[in-house]
Amino acid sequence: MDLSAINPVLLIASLMVAATPLLLAAIGELVAEKAGVLNLGVEGMMIVGAISGFAISVETGSPLLGFCAAAVGGAVLSLLFVILTQYALANQVASGLALTLFGLGISSLMGQSYVGLKPPSTGEIHIPLLSDIPVIGPILFQHDPILYFGIALVAIVWALLKYSRVGLILRAVGENHDAAHALGYKVVRVRTLAILFGGACAGLGGAYISLIRVPQWTEGMTAGVGWIALALVVFASWKPWRALIGAYLFGGITVLQLNLQAAGVAIPVEYLAMSPYIITILVLVILSADKSSAPASLGRIFHASN
Amino acid sequence: MNETLLKIEGLTKAYPGVVANDSVSFDIDVGEVHALLGENGAGKSTLVKMIYGLVKPDSGRMVLRGQPFAPAEPRAARADGIAMVFQHFSLFDALNVAENIALGMEDPPRMRDLARRIREVSETYGLPLDPFRTVGDLSAGERQRVEIIRCLLQDPKLLIMDEPTSVLTPQEVGILFQTLEKLRSEGTSILYISHKLEEIRRLCDTATILRLGRNVGTCLPAETTARDMAEMMVGSTLQTPERAGRDFGDVALDLSGLSVPSPSAFGTSLKNVHLTVRRGEILGIGGVAGNGQDELLGVLSGEIPTAADAVKLGGQPIGRLGPTARRRLGLLAAPEERLGHAAASDMSLTENALLTGAVREKLVANGFLRWGAAQGFAERVISAFDVRTPGPANAARSLSGGNLQKFVIGREVLQAPEVLVVNQPTWGVDAAAAAAIRQALLDLAAKGTAVVCISQDLDELMEISDSFAALNEGRLSAPKDTSGLTVDEIGLMMGGAHGMEVAHV
Repeated sequence: MDLSAINPVLLIASLMVAATPLLLAAIGELVAEKAGVLNLGVEGMMIVGAISGFAISVETGSPLLGFCAAAVGGAVLSLLFVILTQYALANQVASGLALTLFGLGISSLMGQSYVGLKPPSTGEIHIPLLSDIPVIGPILFQHDPILYFGIALVAIVWALLKYSRVGLILRAVGENHDAAHALGYKVVRVRTLAILFGGACAGLGGAYISLIRVPQWTEGMTAGVGWIALALVVFASWKPWRALIGAYLFGGITVLQLNLQAAGVAIPVEYLAMSPYIITILVLVILSADKSSAPASLGRIFHASN
Repeated sequence: MNETLLKIEGLTKAYPGVVANDSVSFDIDVGEVHALLGENGAGKSTLVKMIYGLVKPDSGRMVLRGQPFAPAEPRAARADGIAMVFQHFSLFDALNVAENIALGMEDPPRMRDLARRIREVSETYGLPLDPFRTVGDLSAGERQRVEIIRCLLQDPKLLIMDEPTSVLTPQEVGILFQTLEKLRSEGTSILYISHKLEEIRRLCDTATILRLGRNVGTCLPAETTARDMAEMMVGSTLQTPERAGRDFGDVALDLSGLSVPSPSAFGTSLKNVHLTVRRGEILGIGGVAGNGQDELLGVLSGEIPTAADAVKLGGQPIGRLGPTARRRLGLLAAPEERLGHAAASDMSLTENALLTGAVREKLVANGFLRWGAAQGFAERVISAFDVRTPGPANAARSLSGGNLQKFVIGREVLQAPEVLVVNQPTWGVDAAAAAAIRQALLDLAAKGTAVVCISQDLDELMEISDSFAALNEGRLSAPKDTSGLTVDEIGLMMGGAHGMEVAHV
């Protein structure tokens, strides 16, 4: 066992990278759930985003185009969910599960000719001056643009939900869709947009795994991150900043336990591997003790005639 | 003076299988309080939804201040000065008062300015409200203030109110009426929907009566008796329930020193409740919704367990027994919420009859269901209570509210209970069906059953109950003999005006 092999600066820098896919997927799902839609298809949308982004950036050589394609891919898959749940009024849980299974299947079909390729490198932004500060520089200011975009997205979503008219309408639709309809708000339209936003975010999160974190394409490479994102939204009590804390905590412990494994700590690997899940859930359960509850219309089907 | 604000000409709206409005015409003048009367299903809601832009008429037209008026959506109606207070509040529990009000406005000011205006308007009209409280924590009366202030902030020309007084204490009703009078004197027209005819006689200038979607007449409420208006609504002579003089027997049900925390987050805990009901007695329990009614029903039905001797049935402690064990002993209950609590909406009437009747009607043998007997029981309920349905195989949700209510009450009454507890037995039920339900309760008491009737309809409680107590914030007042009680006394028992005050201006 050699704990000195663990470099704390690299550790913290890599935890931010490990947390970003989770964060992107969770913030998208948070917006959808705030609008009253429970989309269990996050995993499926992520993996479709992962292969869409990977394929396009390999073909064009541009990681930026790849990320755009990933967002579009995730949103297109979520459009299926929109049609099922908002227009055909299908059950959201069943539709979400189907979406995940469908996404996993179609992504491996799309990805057959991309196994083993390397995507173009995304490159990092070295913020002048700030990135030269010792310790803090490498931790905070030498990352890829998508990571910063994820943090900015949390701030934007938080501010929009809390302070803007759009955010108020979105929360109202998720809270009581019948009342929102009676006041003349377009429940289905608001929800459709929220689901598409959730799909695009999940797609970005998936592409972050296949283009930056890993970076290559293998089948089923999202490996359950979508499910963690779903749990994260609940345990974060539908609050954006708590989702950020939860994602970083999860990412941090994931990276730490990998480092501990590599350093040969005398704890069985199975316990280390389960630790991120247990600790994240414990912390968020404690945080969510303030009784903030789920959007009241979450998962309920809206039909205008009722 | 009598300038017409809104002219309604031949509005017709049909839904598959039913004509909700059949060429309805009437006028609303500027500064007039116009009542819209009718039984359940007479088409009142559809009509106001058309005025508010939620429903598009099939034919007919509306004219607002001389201009053709056809709102495509509520937003357009609001822009033209139409505001509406909904019967089932269109509020968002998790949002605060200011956010709720902002959602009902076209172009809300910034939150800080809005909060200031809410304070100003609420004080002007004597409806105090804190803009930053969460709506889920407010009482029903306070929630209604939120709705009213949401409308007032838009300076409406026509205010539509759908059954606004059903959740208020008499004092709160008085204050609401003063607010409405003040609005009328400012030139606002009000379209007022209510079942309560005495209120309409006090408040309204003219009344339009709908029956089965048609306008069957107009009257001046001040010059028409409540009975005449009720008969115009029903289209036939009305039976008033008859009560025979009764002797009370032994104490059948006894609650002593009962304190129970509410199982739900927004509920009310019961605090030190005492009550006794004798055989043949009807105890009426009044009070504004949300003061512990649901919890009291839960404690009596067995859904909320208590200390064993806090609840006694014929002297036997039953506080720990669940609903089925209590049914076996003869304590039956019919809760308020018809769909989801009293009846399972997607199950047939036979299945619903089985759910509560299994023990006393012996519809189960050795763990197997006796379908024939269950269907027979359901059919008896249907015929004894005149439930309008094609048959017992129909799902509970296919029945109208009034018919399902008759089924739910009848199902318990026919099981010949020792003690029957009902919560809001005639809520949302039209006059004829309500009279039938009240008569059934009186007949049951005449046969020696002790009846506890929890209701927010004071007229109903005065009509059927022998003694009256009120729930206020989970405390039950001492029961008083109903004969000789005045409205003021009842209001005080219900907790007075809940901090409302008369308009200052």
